Amino acid sequence: MSSMLLSTMRGCSVSPSWAVRLGNSSLSESYCLTLLSVQTKSKKTLARPGVKNVVLVEGVRTPFLLSGTTYADLMPHDLARAALQGLLQRTGLPKDAVDYIIYGTVIQEVKTTSILRHNINQRTLGAGFSDKIPAHTVTMACISSNQAMTSGVGLIAAGQCDSIVAGGVEFMSDVPIRHSRKMRKTMLSLSRAKTLGQRLGLIGSIRMAHLSPELPAVAEFSTAETMGHSADRLAAAFGVSRVEQDEFAVRSHTLAKKAQDAGLLQDVISFKVPGRDIVSKDNGIRVSSMEQMGKLKAAFIKPHGTVTAANSSFLTDGASAVLIMSEEKALAMGYKPKAYLRDFVYVSQDPKDQLLLGPTYGTPKVLERAGLTMSDIDVFEFHEAFAGQIMANLKAMDSDWFGQTYLGKKSKVGTPPMEKFNLWGGSLSLGHPFGATGCRLVTTVAHRLQKEGGQYGLLAACAAGGQGHAMVIEAYPQ
Amino acid sequence: MAGVRALGVLSRVTSRRYALFTGGTCRTFSVAPAMLAQTHVSYEVKGDVAVVRINDPNSKVNTLSIQMQKEMAEVMDEVWANDAVKSAVLISSKPGCFIAGADINMIQSCNSADEVTTLSQEGQKMFERIEKSPKPIVAAINGSCLGGGLEFAIACQYRIATKSKKTVLGTPEVMLGLLPGAGGTQRLPKMVGLPSAFDMMLTGRNIRADKAKKMGLVNQLVDPLGPGLKSPEERTIDYLEEVAIEYARGIVNKKIPIRKEKGRMEKIQDYVMSFEFVRNQIYKTVHSKVMKQSKGLYPAPLKIIECVKTGVEQGPVAGYLSESQNFGQLARTSESGALIGLYHGQVACKKNHYGVPQREVKTLAILGAGLMGAGVAQVTVDKGVHTVLKDTTVSGLARGEQQVYKGLNDKTKKRNITSFQRDSILSGLTGQLDYSGFEKVDMVIEAVFEDIHIKHAVLKEVEAVVSPHCIFASNTSALPIKDIAAASKRPDKVIGMHYFSPVDKMQLLEIITTDQTSKDTTASAVAVGLKQGKVIIVVGDGPGFYTTRCLAPMLAEAVRVLQEGVDPKKLDALTTSFGFPVGAATLADEVGIDVAAHVAEDLGKAFGSRFGGGNVEVLKTMVDLGFKGRKSGKGCYIYQPGLKTKEVNPDIGDVLEQFRMTPNPAVSSDSDVQYRLVSRFVNEAVLCLQEGILKNPLEGDIGAVFGLGFPPCLGGPFRFVDSFGADKLVEKMRRFEAVYGNQFTPCQLLLDHAKDSSKKFHK
Repeated sequence: MSSMLLSTMRGCSVSPSWAVRLGNSSLSESYCLTLLSVQTKSKKTLARPGVKNVVLVEGVRTPFLLSGTTYADLMPHDLARAALQGLLQRTGLPKDAVDYIIYGTVIQEVKTTSILRHNINQRTLGAGFSDKIPAHTVTMACISSNQAMTSGVGLIAAGQCDSIVAGGVEFMSDVPIRHSRKMRKTMLSLSRAKTLGQRLGLIGSIRMAHLSPELPAVAEFSTAETMGHSADRLAAAFGVSRVEQDEFAVRSHTLAKKAQDAGLLQDVISFKVPGRDIVSKDNGIRVSSMEQMGKLKAAFIKPHGTVTAANSSFLTDGASAVLIMSEEKALAMGYKPKAYLRDFVYVSQDPKDQLLLGPTYGTPKVLERAGLTMSDIDVFEFHEAFAGQIMANLKAMDSDWFGQTYLGKKSKVGTPPMEKFNLWGGSLSLGHPFGATGCRLVTTVAHRLQKEGGQYGLLAACAAGGQGHAMVIEAYPQ
Repeated sequence: MAGVRALGVLSRVTSRRYALFTGGTCRTFSVAPAMLAQTHVSYEVKGDVAVVRINDPNSKVNTLSIQMQKEMAEVMDEVWANDAVKSAVLISSKPGCFIAGADINMIQSCNSADEVTTLSQEGQKMFERIEKSPKPIVAAINGSCLGGGLEFAIACQYRIATKSKKTVLGTPEVMLGLLPGAGGTQRLPKMVGLPSAFDMMLTGRNIRADKAKKMGLVNQLVDPLGPGLKSPEERTIDYLEEVAIEYARGIVNKKIPIRKEKGRMEKIQDYVMSFEFVRNQIYKTVHSKVMKQSKGLYPAPLKIIECVKTGVEQGPVAGYLSESQNFGQLARTSESGALIGLYHGQVACKKNHYGVPQREVKTLAILGAGLMGAGVAQVTVDKGVHTVLKDTTVSGLARGEQQVYKGLNDKTKKRNITSFQRDSILSGLTGQLDYSGFEKVDMVIEAVFEDIHIKHAVLKEVEAVVSPHCIFASNTSALPIKDIAAASKRPDKVIGMHYFSPVDKMQLLEIITTDQTSKDTTASAVAVGLKQGKVIIVVGDGPGFYTTRCLAPMLAEAVRVLQEGVDPKKLDALTTSFGFPVGAATLADEVGIDVAAHVAEDLGKAFGSRFGGGNVEVLKTMVDLGFKGRKSGKGCYIYQPGLKTKEVNPDIGDVLEQFRMTPNPAVSSDSDVQYRLVSRFVNEAVLCLQEGILKNPLEGDIGAVFGLGFPPCLGGPFRFVDSFGADKLVEKMRRFEAVYGNQFTPCQLLLDHAKDSSKKFHK
């Protein structure tokens, strides 16, 4: 019943736009062009009666740095604190005005996550939030902070909260390296041993093999395949050449450099690193020539693979945070929201052969949910895990066969036009702190909508486990 | 038909040519005329690399048939003559198969050893030309690369294989009583070293791609791809071809070395192998190992050792000659005939001759979580079928579930499956004590205690809860199915499925149909069995069906032999030296003395004095003393956990003393004892065919070899009669009959064959 109602609503909303278009047709040629692109939207707005409007008030991030550089001596919660503090400063938010904090992270630091509350407190109390604000950590691989935000959207939409801080952090300069299972077992038994004899017996049972540590790997649990290896196979499956990948990587770096130089990356806050200088810029952007790119050897499938260090996203340290609120609350507090957070979807598929195809599955699904078409979208921001992964997704979306065989569509999904796609760089060039990238994507879409004057933006990302996420963002009327 | 096929090939070529034109790649077009005639092998030039594609249009697999070899020679001549071509890639267009081996029919249709030797020499010559090719040839392997296919691949300059489960390399000739006859015995030792080469050729086992890379059998691996713009299978072959072309060019440009730099271990191994006495020691060890395992009954392994030795010690000319001559001789041996017969039989018994069942079995329930029940559960659940394991007690259920877990966990340890796969397989197994959810079950297999009253009770309980389409299968080893079905409301849905223990190791499944069993029920049972990976024979109903009925008289005879004072160890030695993989006394322990006693009594009642011989009381007394075989730790032997060697149970002497019989020296020589055991087995098998329990001799042979361990080198009871001579067998039986009576009376069908030597079970 409700769905019927909804579809009628959707039907109605088209007609006024037609009227507007007809009215505008008498306008002069040059105006007509720009206006048309706005006016031919399938829908005027995605607001729905009875559903609360959720808005993005502000989004910030620390500079994203190559791991092992300036942040090397910090701890993950230091970075998180920097992002949260930056958000407080930029918004001037009263410290007790937040109802809930949700934070994303992937590789969890043992020391700080052994007790969850302790962990959150490290981040939030340190940043100056009230100790009356409940908080939790979420993890969903590379879309952890997306999950943090959408959890917040859910809390607001359900009327449970009005104002939420969401974010994420990843710190690859230091990852927890565990003792082997055998060693852990011995150590745990040791703590329970009562007599000296028992203790000595246990210590005596330690062998060389016990001492080899377990390193966390960016590998799938179900297939034990590393992500880069999977990306290489994916690129090969879609016939993505090495040159195509290198070209896309160069594009990403070039656009990122341009955006950085033009000062478009307003979400970056300056951060005084204890014991070091103030950091205020991402440091992974490197515009190389195709020749330089071509020199690199394959990083995963050796020697005939096509994924190299230069056409993959690099290990990154960084943290991000956003403030999301119900529209009334934001307006009541005197904020000027940046954008509406609208429909979103999570998808999941085969973690072996379709590990990184999340955007291909998520994009048509979220568009259908929102009642929009590909041409309605003005701003695309896709997470660039690997250049080969982006190209494979684009080819999958451009293939009738793939659309029919795997997406259950009559024909292909269609590809985002490149002139709207990741125009301020992406994860390949800016960096990809797993838990923090989602907020960067959302904030970038909002900023680009403001800057470029579009109405709808779409972000999509893939994640480990064959998962994916896509979200539609609507510009806040200026 | 052929015209259409030729047209198809032609149109494919033209479309490819067109694609290449637009791509701007330069190539020559001199290939078109040759394409017209060739249906199995084609080639296309990509830049300066010739891509030679193999595709047998008449079969699911590629075999090195006469036609294939002829076309391959023609195509290679063109490739060598074409100046624009610098290198070549050899690839199959079939997704699951590179080349599965030589064409067995081609070998079997030869009339003399010399003819087969000539075949072998032709193969050798062709591969020699490949080996000496001035243009490097890269074998791009996806799917099975076996026998002649592997010999082809190792003659090439470079090998690239897909890291797929379907890609296996091996030399299975020994399993057909043959040897790798196209240079394999000469090239393999050079490529992987003596020990590995012997291991491959003597066991015939399949080697997975990653292992092959480690051994140095292939040079490079390529990952199988998922779906892209084409199906995974198609795209993987394309990708393999692309990569292989890249490597072929790399080899020509000297960017890719053909030989891998040897590691330190390999250098040490080479050094050690350079001493003649070390090599001699290896030949000796391998020889004695083969003799120990084969009892000298199989000529092929010994010939393989001989060929390798000749090649290594006397040089390639002598080696290749020895290989081709021995190949010719082996192909004419009865052992090879028997093994090839079994191979064909196995292929035939892996097909469903009863059509597609109306409903696929998606949920299968097993009653009784004992050794059998849990074994059936294991081979079912790992094929993705939802499996319900029901027992009456918590402890019984726990034991059964643990057995399934252990079976899968052992596979994980051997790295056949990952721990993730193990866990997801196990999630398809439901253990329960009641009949809840049985309305969703498509088939029930009962493996409860062998007692007709319990079977009836269980059948009624099941029929009260299941849906009308559900099939009831009984895993009984001797009770007639029609007796069980007597309690059923729907006897058309009742069938027998006789598994062999241990279920995950034994390949055979004996399916028993009654007059009332519907065809669809049979089709469904066969479909389930095939899914479980079984070799299936379908037999008629009767006490002991086919397998148990053949085994019972042999075991009765074995008991008599024991009563006549032959030691269990001696009895085992006599049977294994005849070719049985397990000795008669050990077999009785494995089956269980109690089961044997039960069966002997039941079948004794059904068939009368023909099933006599040894005194059933011997077995009963053993059971009373707790000597139930391996499961109770004591039987004919004593079993101690952890100990591999087993001692004769000292107390069994007293039991046998009690039932002492005096042997008749006229029929008690070692050879006579062997034939007393075997002739009763064979006679009963022939009788089963005569009575229509068996549909054909082929299934009889497969059932005896795969279910009961009848000597594979003899090919089964029917092939044994053919090769040994029915008249000679009858003559022996008459001699035994004179002493022991009707237990040795040959059946009518056997007598018919004895009278007319042109009558054969196998043509």
